[in-house]
Amino acid sequence: MKTILKIIELFKSFLLDIGELSLFAGRFFKEVFKSPSEYREFIRQCFYMGNRSLLLVTVTGFIIGLVFTLQSRPTLQEFGAVSWMPSMVSISIIREIGPIITALICAGRIGSGIGAELGSMRVTEQIDAMEVSGTNPFKYLVVTRILATTFMLPILVFFGDVIALYGSYLVENIKGNVSFLLYFNKVFEALEFGDLIPATIKTLFFGFAIGLVGCFKGYNCKKGTAGVGLAANSAVVFTSMLLFIIDFIAVFVTNIFYHL
Amino acid sequence: MMNLPKTVIEIKDLKKSYGANHVLNGFDMHLVEGENLVIMGKSGSGKSVMIKCLIGLEKPDSGVIMVMEKDISTLEREELDELRTEVGFLFQGSALYDSMTVRENLEFPLRRHTKKFGIIKDTTPLVMEALENVGLTHTLNLMPEELSGGMKRRIALARTLILQPKIILYDEPTTGLDPITAKEIILLMKSIQKKYNTSSIIITHDVDCARAISNKMILLVDGVNYAEGTFEELNTSKDPKIQAFFK
Repeated sequence: MKTILKIIELFKSFLLDIGELSLFAGRFFKEVFKSPSEYREFIRQCFYMGNRSLLLVTVTGFIIGLVFTLQSRPTLQEFGAVSWMPSMVSISIIREIGPIITALICAGRIGSGIGAELGSMRVTEQIDAMEVSGTNPFKYLVVTRILATTFMLPILVFFGDVIALYGSYLVENIKGNVSFLLYFNKVFEALEFGDLIPATIKTLFFGFAIGLVGCFKGYNCKKGTAGVGLAANSAVVFTSMLLFIIDFIAVFVTNIFYHL
Repeated sequence: MMNLPKTVIEIKDLKKSYGANHVLNGFDMHLVEGENLVIMGKSGSGKSVMIKCLIGLEKPDSGVIMVMEKDISTLEREELDELRTEVGFLFQGSALYDSMTVRENLEFPLRRHTKKFGIIKDTTPLVMEALENVGLTHTLNLMPEELSGGMKRRIALARTLILQPKIILYDEPTTGLDPITAKEIILLMKSIQKKYNTSSIIITHDVDCARAISNKMILLVDGVNYAEGTFEELNTSKDPKIQAFFK
């Protein structure tokens, strides 16, 4: 009985979070078109987020491409279909693996960073100080960060995809003596705009979700250092869940369009 | 006919509760031009909540707050932001933006109030003037983490001053500082008041600070004004509750 009550409580608080998050998103859309534009802070955040995640995205992308090819090769070899490797790897990486893995990395790296930064600003009254100086902290801190993650994630995903394909090419080159030109010719033959466009649109939503949840958790952080830790942690957990939900919806919607 | 000083802040019957915890139970006060009003009270007596209601950081349950003849509960966001440039707030923990240098901390509010200051191409003279007021011109390019507690408090005061406010609210300005630095901050507050003829509300537990700076004092007990008067009047009171603050 106690466990059921606990689950109900958890579900209730999840729904409450969703409700408050929706209001927060509503406020973002209300503020985003208001002046001042705070473009300097937006550019600073873009640079900061890209810079902070670049190495991680590079390493992870490279390893994914490498491992994915190494794991798939024996199976394809068994069926005499090794020549399909570039097509299979590119479609899997561009459509699904690249966006979701990069988004999850960024949720951990950027989302938690935003949660902790805004959380500590809330706890140390820096957000209140902005408010009393007649500045709109929501516009300066939240809007710029959400825009920056929305803008930067597609770029990071694109970069991660390229690196993953390069990793895959290296395996093919070493194991199958496939040239760079041949490998990437096969890749571009296999890919269509129908693979690229939905994946890019999806990453815009991923970026928006990472920024939104990170800012929401940090901006509404409870007092105390424990509150900051909780804000950073729950930003990652909540964003990761949201990313899979968005991914599911995106695949569902894309499939509808494919069948039309 | 004698010219009566203008009232700059007036609070009537201010009430604020958090659930069953009634923090303010009908607080009243008024502050006139050039006056330094010290509010003392035990921890949890509602001093900080009152000052946050006054600047619009907290929404009161009921009561009227008039700041420079404007009822802050009826103001739109833009109007409130404009009014806030006339009311400086010194936070207890300084609340410097830790990702910005001292210069950027001071420029931050300045660049956003083009209505009051116009578009400022070079903020350096204003920044330097504010830093000169607190005697810390050499810290211009330092980060907040490189400053001591007393220096942070002074920089926060400079940031408050840069908007040229008519009223300054001090939330426990000497708390957490050693006696010498606390004394320096008190002297600084006095000199600023003299130089710019500001009105101030000072929330403090520090009797020395109250003695040095107050024209008038209010003792806040259980969310209402328990006693009002000058420092001398309250200090010589026989009421044990009042005496407890001065021992």
